[in-house]
Amino acid sequence: MPLMLRPIKFVSALILAAFAAGCATQDPVARASGEVFDPYERTNRTIHAFNRGVDRLAFRPASKGYVKIVPAPMVTSFSYFAENLSMPGQMVNALLQGDLRTAGNAFSRFVINSTVGFAGLADPATEFQVPQVDTDFGETLHKWGVGEGAYVELPLLGPSTSRDAVGVAVDFFTNPLGYAEQNTADNITIYAEIVRRMGDRGNYSDTIDSILYESADSYAQSRLIYLQNRRFELGDGEEIQEIDPFELNTEGF
Amino acid sequence: MDRRKFLTGLGAGATALVAAPQALWALTENSASKLINSLVTDINRVIDSGKGENAMFRDFERIFQRYSDTSYIAAYALGVDGRRATSAQKKAFSKAFQGYISRKYGKRFREFIGGKLEVKGVKKVKKWYEVSTIAYLKGQSPFEVTFLVSDRSGRDLFFNMFIEGVNLLLTERTEIGAILDSKKGDIDALIAELQRLS
Repeated sequence: MPLMLRPIKFVSALILAAFAAGCATQDPVARASGEVFDPYERTNRTIHAFNRGVDRLAFRPASKGYVKIVPAPMVTSFSYFAENLSMPGQMVNALLQGDLRTAGNAFSRFVINSTVGFAGLADPATEFQVPQVDTDFGETLHKWGVGEGAYVELPLLGPSTSRDAVGVAVDFFTNPLGYAEQNTADNITIYAEIVRRMGDRGNYSDTIDSILYESADSYAQSRLIYLQNRRFELGDGEEIQEIDPFELNTEGF
Repeated sequence: MDRRKFLTGLGAGATALVAAPQALWALTENSASKLINSLVTDINRVIDSGKGENAMFRDFERIFQRYSDTSYIAAYALGVDGRRATSAQKKAFSKAFQGYISRKYGKRFREFIGGKLEVKGVKKVKKWYEVSTIAYLKGQSPFEVTFLVSDRSGRDLFFNMFIEGVNLLLTERTEIGAILDSKKGDIDALIAELQRLS
């Protein structure tokens, strides 16, 4: 892909981000009261039903087969491999957030694991005490002050918000590995990510099954769990909001 | 009673009310983290016992009854619908809910085999304590579990927990609400469904 195209895509994604953030915002009072901002609920529920179907018919059985057949250390190795490929992109995001320390950690992880770590299949960086790095363009947007926006469920990718959906798209199109000589690097990243997700789906199968197939409203459960966990990761949650246990009427229970 | 005396009396009463909880304040950082430590020890003991699944669920139910503020948790989970419940329904709901939750999370605890939970710190928030712990599970990066402890009931009990920011009570209230909706708001049908699930 020609170099010139990338910045253009990047800028258009930014405009999209600003647009997405501008068109749907939640009343801060409603958010503080713990209300979920989900104006596209009907569409989201349709996509959720589709995702659930794909999971039940293809992704779940494939993932369960994958973790059953492939030995656990290899599943872990493939997951390290995918994570390592995401490090250059994470470094760029850390730089965009002005977080030099995290950018340095991402850089060290990539260099150490790509060389000593057999092209990323092992994770010696962790043994060398290099801290874990886990960031993305959604977090960059958050640091830049873009609001969370509406809850959206993305086809195949699952729960997200309008801010994080833009983040996913930007991360996908701006992966610095795409600048490498061979274009195949882009594809490797995608395949590695799919394999990594299969490992996660297989390893945490009980937990995910209980949300998707054992709850009375799997859409509402996924939405609530995703939003809380994402806000926690971003440090975007208010102080733990709790009804004062001394105020709730518990008589009779 | 003249107006002035009444007001003085009211003032004195209010002062006493405000002062009382301070005096009765038995919960401390120490006792909050002690509670969670002993909870963790008991959970680990059940996991290591190698008992059958159903025996383990019964043990978890006992642990849940012993360490958690069950009436608060049940009242919170039922939410506003609790206001129209009769006392018999409240009682039956509370019991069914305990069985349901022990089974649901008991199944999860299997993933804890060979893992451990470590108490990292205690922080006072308003009238309760937040006990933060780190869970170390096999083949997973460590993650944060926070317990909320209060002595509302007269004993130190935990009344909520957060796993990586996910509020368990809120999640359960959503689930109970969804079951109730599917039963067209019938509380008895909700109780029957929880009994079926437990």
